[in-house]
Amino acid sequence: MLQACGLTSTLELFSQIPAEARLDHPLNLAPGISEYEIVDYFKGLAGRTAAGYASFLGAGVYRHYRPIVVDTVVSRGEFLTSYTPYQSEISQGTLVTIFEFQTMICQLTGMDVANASMYDASTAVPEAAMMSVRVTGRSKILVSKSVHPEYRDVQTTYARTQGLPIVEFGYDAESGQIDFADLEAKLDKQTACVILQSPNFFGIIEDVKKAADLAHAHGALLVFVFSEAVSLGLLEPPRDADIVAGELQSFAISPSYGGPYAGIIAAKEKFTRQLPGRLVGQSTDTHGNRAFCLTLSTREQHIRREKATSNICTNQALIALMATVFMELYGKQGLRELATQNLSKAHYLGSKLKPRFSRPYFNEFVATPSTAPETANEGLLAKNIIGGLPLGRFYPELKDSVLLCATEMSKRADMDTLAEAYRS
Amino acid sequence: MNYPENFRYTKEHEWVSLEGDTATVGITYHAQSELGDIVYVDLPKVGATLEIGKSFGSVESVKAVSDIYAPIAGEVTEINDALSTAPEKLNEDPHGAAWLIKAKVASATDFNNLMTAADYQSYVGAES
Repeated sequence: MLQACGLTSTLELFSQIPAEARLDHPLNLAPGISEYEIVDYFKGLAGRTAAGYASFLGAGVYRHYRPIVVDTVVSRGEFLTSYTPYQSEISQGTLVTIFEFQTMICQLTGMDVANASMYDASTAVPEAAMMSVRVTGRSKILVSKSVHPEYRDVQTTYARTQGLPIVEFGYDAESGQIDFADLEAKLDKQTACVILQSPNFFGIIEDVKKAADLAHAHGALLVFVFSEAVSLGLLEPPRDADIVAGELQSFAISPSYGGPYAGIIAAKEKFTRQLPGRLVGQSTDTHGNRAFCLTLSTREQHIRREKATSNICTNQALIALMATVFMELYGKQGLRELATQNLSKAHYLGSKLKPRFSRPYFNEFVATPSTAPETANEGLLAKNIIGGLPLGRFYPELKDSVLLCATEMSKRADMDTLAEAYRS
Repeated sequence: MNYPENFRYTKEHEWVSLEGDTATVGITYHAQSELGDIVYVDLPKVGATLEIGKSFGSVESVKAVSDIYAPIAGEVTEINDALSTAPEKLNEDPHGAAWLIKAKVASATDFNNLMTAADYQSYVGAES
């Protein structure tokens, strides 16, 4: 075979790959073992080194139980292998799932319209900001420092190319909520929107109404962001917001080393025309039967592309379907119970460690271990526990603190061990 | 169709009427009839500047989306808000209740340079 290809060694096949990226020695495997022996070997290795860890990491990606039925539904060929419906009306099954998704997102967020989904929260947030710019005809974007730092990074990238000024406002060092005085001082006639997250990056629940009133008094919109969708099972829907952008990873979407996830964008009805992406609507066919159609789709890949307002063309269909199945499985009552469990567990852990901020939190809070976070976490790792996220990377002023998350998956014994380690 | 004598018309099928320094702009009966059922009208904000020949909004029908081009230069003083909830009015009364915007103009020159009703009538006659 090598001869036929005009090569002298197998290594030549990989000559296009830079030397530093190539393995410079043979794999450390016994020669001549079969495929299933190799699989066995790695399963054994994974069992010893990668399983059985308790994790207290949250910060945008949460450890929740994934009901088996979710994968059963999404792995059906009709969903798994189909591409975005270009002749959408013949894909009634897909349209039904999207319609149900939109309906439940509206119920959860208290908004009137939701689109068919976004890639994730980090891309939904700048879309919400650009919507605000189009609606208000203004350009300044005010973002809270307690919005997920990575969402803000993506926002900054979008704003740079759009030429939109971004101004950040702070959080109150005592309460952990947004600094209302700072917000008010920065609001002006150029402000298109105020973006805040609740529960915020520190897990603290924000006073959304107060922020919305302030924004509206200055003619700006309020964009509400969430990273922990389970919180919507218990907290008041953000009805005072104008646009809601959020992350659905918590709804049966596997962490998968960072994605793919699904995001949402929802808004008050009067902003429907400014929503990016597509909207599925209910209609009737020529026989009078209930039927679904693409009621609105923006123009990114159809006509008038030069007028495009967003670069999202389709939606995150398969991943959003995971969230749809999750929402249908849990229902209103189930989601409330799940949220209550998260709240109770986090507050059990919080009762053993003094949370740094004073305002109410949902399933995450900031705590300060008695030793440096990295050192405390190293000790925990030896006990098969992944500790909280050291905050110094995102907030230098909080470098002595960690962001902890407890969910329905957190066990009491692990919480006790963690609290013990952080206190000693 | 009788096109109002006191209006002036463009090749892009907009009409303009002028009272003092206030121009009213709309789309013609012919335009709405070619577009079909109109479902959405996108209008500028009050205070926006109109430049002759530049798009200031769009009209979307079940068939197509069409830009609306400014027939005169000026500053938008009023927009027809009723069209945001009832765009079908453009099909029903394009020369009357379904005007699009009012603008303050510097002079009547732009207006006088446009087609008269008779010119427009023969223009759409020729086009169709």
